[in-house]
Amino acid sequence: MIPVLPIILPLLFMVVLIFTRRWLAFQQYFSLLATVVLTLVSVILLLDVQQNGIATLQMGSWPAPYGISLVVDMLSAIMLVTVSFIAIVIMIYSPGFIDKGRQSAGYYPISFGLLMGVNGAFITGDIFNLYVWYEVMLTSSFVLIALGGSAEQLRGSIKYVTINFVASIFFVAGIGILYGLTGTLNMADLAFKIRAAGHIPHMNGALMLFFIAFSVKAGLFPFFFWLPASYHTPPIPITALFAGTLTKVGIYTMFRFYSLFIVENALFWKSFILIIAGLTMTIGVLMAASQFDIRKILSFHIISQVGYMVMGLGLFTVGGISGAIYFMVHNMLSKTNTFLAGGLVYQRSGSYDLKKLGGLYKASPLLALLFFVPAMSLAGIPPLPGFFGKFFLIKGGFEAGDYLITAVAILVGLFTLFSMVKIWNEAYWKKEPEEIKKGKLSRRAIAATGLLAIAVVLLGLFAGPVSELTVEAARQVVLPELYINAVLGL
Amino acid sequence: MESVILQIAARHMRPLLVILSLVVLYRGHNEPGGGFIGGLMLGAAYILYAMAFGVEKTQKSIRISPVALTGIGLLLALVSGLPALMEGHLFMTGEWTTFFSGSSFELKLGTPLLFDLGVYFTVAGMLTLVMFSIMEE
Repeated sequence: MIPVLPIILPLLFMVVLIFTRRWLAFQQYFSLLATVVLTLVSVILLLDVQQNGIATLQMGSWPAPYGISLVVDMLSAIMLVTVSFIAIVIMIYSPGFIDKGRQSAGYYPISFGLLMGVNGAFITGDIFNLYVWYEVMLTSSFVLIALGGSAEQLRGSIKYVTINFVASIFFVAGIGILYGLTGTLNMADLAFKIRAAGHIPHMNGALMLFFIAFSVKAGLFPFFFWLPASYHTPPIPITALFAGTLTKVGIYTMFRFYSLFIVENALFWKSFILIIAGLTMTIGVLMAASQFDIRKILSFHIISQVGYMVMGLGLFTVGGISGAIYFMVHNMLSKTNTFLAGGLVYQRSGSYDLKKLGGLYKASPLLALLFFVPAMSLAGIPPLPGFFGKFFLIKGGFEAGDYLITAVAILVGLFTLFSMVKIWNEAYWKKEPEEIKKGKLSRRAIAATGLLAIAVVLLGLFAGPVSELTVEAARQVVLPELYINAVLGL
Repeated sequence: MESVILQIAARHMRPLLVILSLVVLYRGHNEPGGGFIGGLMLGAAYILYAMAFGVEKTQKSIRISPVALTGIGLLLALVSGLPALMEGHLFMTGEWTTFFSGSSFELKLGTPLLFDLGVYFTVAGMLTLVMFSIMEE
């Protein structure tokens, strides 16, 4: 029963929020409570999976491969916990930042729609069902990105909607071909059939369609351009929620597909993915260095960091994958945190433009600290989690003997530090400009950012225990037989 | 623009379309039809009415807002999974009961139908929500 809760709880909360849409104060507190409940459920699920192995549930008692299977392995469980924790922080932050008009226009119910889609994508064991969850997630994100309907938002959302629809076409085309080739869409059954058949003609074509679809959603080279063109337009809690969840669902799906379906031509895929990873990292970080809007710098950084996760996938060793999963958790927390800190800067000074900012360190040391922690974490300074994430990945790279990508990863790390220092210098250290606005900071927003910063620090301090979890998750990814047997009950 | 022809047609078509949508909903379990198509028909009935009489008057005649209708639909879909749990089966397992069995009025009702009813309301709610917003512009 528990594996289905991460999907039906957000649905239940969404329904409650739809009926109570006139009482804004109730919505604010209920959403917070709801995300806490969701996090507790996810933690229970994580502990359960850690003790008893992969949890499966056959919806409606239709046995696999005929019905829809729900599967929670360590990777899914870790993702569920991280996403629902981020949701708590966003729900604390939102009332202090988003204007009342947007909040009562359905922000809270739609956010739970987004969470339902994300959670569904993490735990489904059926490719078509995965597509449905992607659509649930995207439809909700379409509403959120356009919520309020300012001209800038609409400009951004048109790009966002169009490119995501194109990606969905690739996704469905891939599903169609795959179903025609194998006659099944249950992931475990499909993986089993692929292994039994040895060689399936045209398999690579279908997989390439999937790769394009997911790399659009994840923001990989060369399909990342939509992300910085749209992410900076909505209010910052929405951007932060997107940054913490959406692209990572694309990455998660790539992990799942690579692990289950790539048997033939593994050598081609490995080098292909490593090249894409290297290009994504490098181009993302170079583009970020040339920006002057805080939100745009951070958006380009999402791309660069996604490259690291894909690098771990390309290595496909327990060390590499485990590093990538740890990095993903770190990135979801730290990236959301930098966006939220950027929101505080905006609340204080009324601008995201680095040229117009300055003197914030002197004006508000607390604000500076709240940005400093996640920024240094992203840059990879010990003992923050960014350092351990990169360390695990680079160690994995050396162990696998892929020296070139490892060298690229180290270099890109330096450039990341450069961008973070740039924001720091311009917004915090530079002398305060004369005409700067002196806005009031919301206490809730500060509390939320602080809570997330504490979580980031803890993730770094407890890198050892956390990496034990990620190693277990990586072992399940590298040995897909565990997944297949758990679902099919072999 | 007010058209008498459209108004008379809409007044007579609305009850027919609502009944037809319910028929499509009920037969959908084994034959072509179902909650989605039924919901579209229900939505179409009210959109036609709104085209003839305007959105405001239509809203008043429905009494329930499209958003609430969507909410009810989602709730029904969610609730349809629960009877299976009380029976000790897995979530969303179809549970059926038959009324008047053996007679010519045999009526089979089950949780899949309840789920379909949820889809029916959700689709109709979303459709009218979107269309009414566009028509009000």
